[in-house]
Amino acid sequence: MTVIDKKIAPGGSKAGERTSPRPTFRHKLSRWDVKVSPYLYVAPFFIVFGVVGLFPLLYTAYVSLFKWKAGSDDPDFIGFDNYKELVGDGQFWNALTNTVSIFLLSSVPQIIMAIMLAALLGSRLRGATGWRVGILLPYAASLVAIGIIFANLFGPKYGLINGVLQTIGLDPVDWQASRFGSHVAIAIMVNWRWTGYNALIVLAAMQAIPKELHEAALIDGAGTWRRFWNVTLPLLKPTLIFVIITSTIGGLQIFTEPKLFDALPGSNNGGSTNQFQTVTLYLYQSAFENYNLGYASAIAWVLFVIIVLIALVNFFLTSRLAHTPAVKKK
Amino acid sequence: MRTIRNGLVLALGITMTALGATACGGGGDNTPPAAGPNEHVDLTLATFTEFGYEALIPEYERLHPNIKITHRKTGQGGPYHQDLITKLAAGSGLADVAAVEEGHLSDVLDKGSKFNDLSKIGPADASPDRWLGWKYDAAKTKDGKVIGYGTDIGPLAMCYRKDMFQAAGLPTDPEAVKPLFATWDSYFAAGADYVSKTKGKAWFDSASQNFNAMVNQLPQGYIGSDDKLAVESNQGIKDAWTKVTDAVAKGESAKLTAFSNEWNTGFKQGAFATKVCPAWMLGVIKEQAGPENAGKWAVTAAFPGGGGNWGGSYLTVPTQSKHPKEAAELAAWLTAPEQQIKAFQAKGTFPSQVKALSDPALLSQTDAYFGGAKVGELFAEQAKKVQKPQYKGPGDGQIQENAASPALQAVEQGKSAADGWQQLVDSAKKITR
Repeated sequence: MTVIDKKIAPGGSKAGERTSPRPTFRHKLSRWDVKVSPYLYVAPFFIVFGVVGLFPLLYTAYVSLFKWKAGSDDPDFIGFDNYKELVGDGQFWNALTNTVSIFLLSSVPQIIMAIMLAALLGSRLRGATGWRVGILLPYAASLVAIGIIFANLFGPKYGLINGVLQTIGLDPVDWQASRFGSHVAIAIMVNWRWTGYNALIVLAAMQAIPKELHEAALIDGAGTWRRFWNVTLPLLKPTLIFVIITSTIGGLQIFTEPKLFDALPGSNNGGSTNQFQTVTLYLYQSAFENYNLGYASAIAWVLFVIIVLIALVNFFLTSRLAHTPAVKKK
Repeated sequence: MRTIRNGLVLALGITMTALGATACGGGGDNTPPAAGPNEHVDLTLATFTEFGYEALIPEYERLHPNIKITHRKTGQGGPYHQDLITKLAAGSGLADVAAVEEGHLSDVLDKGSKFNDLSKIGPADASPDRWLGWKYDAAKTKDGKVIGYGTDIGPLAMCYRKDMFQAAGLPTDPEAVKPLFATWDSYFAAGADYVSKTKGKAWFDSASQNFNAMVNQLPQGYIGSDDKLAVESNQGIKDAWTKVTDAVAKGESAKLTAFSNEWNTGFKQGAFATKVCPAWMLGVIKEQAGPENAGKWAVTAAFPGGGGNWGGSYLTVPTQSKHPKEAAELAAWLTAPEQQIKAFQAKGTFPSQVKALSDPALLSQTDAYFGGAKVGELFAEQAKKVQKPQYKGPGDGQIQENAASPALQAVEQGKSAADGWQQLVDSAKKITR
């Protein structure tokens, strides 16, 4: 319609449009279309997220207020009793300590190694693509397969690692019995899988750093190390925040590795004295072995809050650190 | 614009359909009448690991043209039972005939109201005298409902390494070794003797394996008949603990957790000289010790403290079933002696039916790997030695798996026996809270 108008009245006078006082149905529909369509296009994500993300989150909060045994017909409402019990539950605190310990033992070396690897991969290498794909291989392998292989390597009696230790004249370590030993072993499993993955993300960010900056630094006489410290690292800040937060979320939910590390197949105990039972493992045990769904939901919520808190702390720390690049006098 | 409008309608349509699809019809829970003789009936049967029913199901369908059976097989017992309990809780989704393993029976008996009483709805030929008394009685709830028909059992005997016995100067003939395995005291004493003669070689694989058998032989288990925790009040449990931890202190344990990778390697390496051996363990030993150790293992018809049972299953008919009568008939037929013998020949599941235990096919069975021992006859003899079943209260299986076994493992890893006992008591209290 407007096309025809334009043909009749060249110069694009808009007067003709104002003469039609009442909008036709088609007109209304098109306005409506403009208003509503965008929401409709983004709706699928929000509907799916609502169904599989938000609803379970809220429903878990609801379940956590009940003494809810799987199979019981009428769960009792007990308010915050599950949370009170959780605060006094030694096994939960033990699991939380283990989780944080494994998380620190894995994430800290992992991120440092990932940056180093990225720096190496970013330098001039023969067959760079091959190396880059190579460090991603552990991530592509099946987690369960990795878990089984590592549990074998760390076997207290017939494991390869103890075999090597004994060959070089050291004492064997009972990796499953000792608390610290088991944490180290599990952290190695985690690092094996995730270091390459994080290195590639950091590498992508490094590639995006403008060459001019490095050239300018070179002209100013900065050495390789100095350039890395004062040019590369500060510019990696957003990526590092991302990597640290994702590994925090992942690290605090660690489940498969400790489950497979247990000598008793399928056990959720995390060792004979729960020495490597993580929070998710305890959650799983409470829900699907002891059938205390209410208690498990309380654990899930506490874990959720802890992850959010630690991620926030991480976020602030990382931004503070990256704001003030430490000038090292070498 | 037209396309956008159509898209809008389409999106709405999809949303409506999706919402419609998620609405599910609730089923009525009153027992439906039995189907007529020619009415078509679909039955589902859920089992885990190997029951040996693959050839039997088509046979049953041939005999009953109106019945179609869908067999759901799960690889592992653990996840299978988790799924079973979850679906019992949900009130839907279970098969018409659901298998339950003996170790999980206590959790299921606790929910007896969710199962049909087979003594009421089952066919007449599935009478109590079909099974060994202890097997039949173990599936009775407190109020006397029979919720499962016995399939197979795991009667206990002792396996031992002839070559290692010989090296330590012990007798090697299956008859001559029986005195060593007469009681737990004689067994652990022989172990101490073996350790000193071999300068520190282990006698058994892990403390937990023996302790479970010892506790199972007691008149009362972890849970008393009043469903209260009896770990501290039951002197028998404490005595068993003391005996087995003393043996650990003397170096009799190889400290290999059963079914772990290290345990599997232990068979190949000859890490221990004796092994608690339910009937199905022979297959495990063969597989793990491998052909290079053929003829070194032997088995004898003796077990410390008499007899015992470890393993075996039941077929149940949950009240969720739409065709309880037909399901009970199928369960009864599968657990009849004739069929159980076929299952035994297919997968080695040892029969719990009295008539099957005297079947020539079973009695003539020998095992070349174990020096041609008459294993069928041997385990049939052991099955008859089992006492009346111990009452398994709710949480019994969990205490064994998540309190007793880890506590004994902790002792093997260096914890003192007293601290280990405290750990067992604390964990058991937590489980039965």
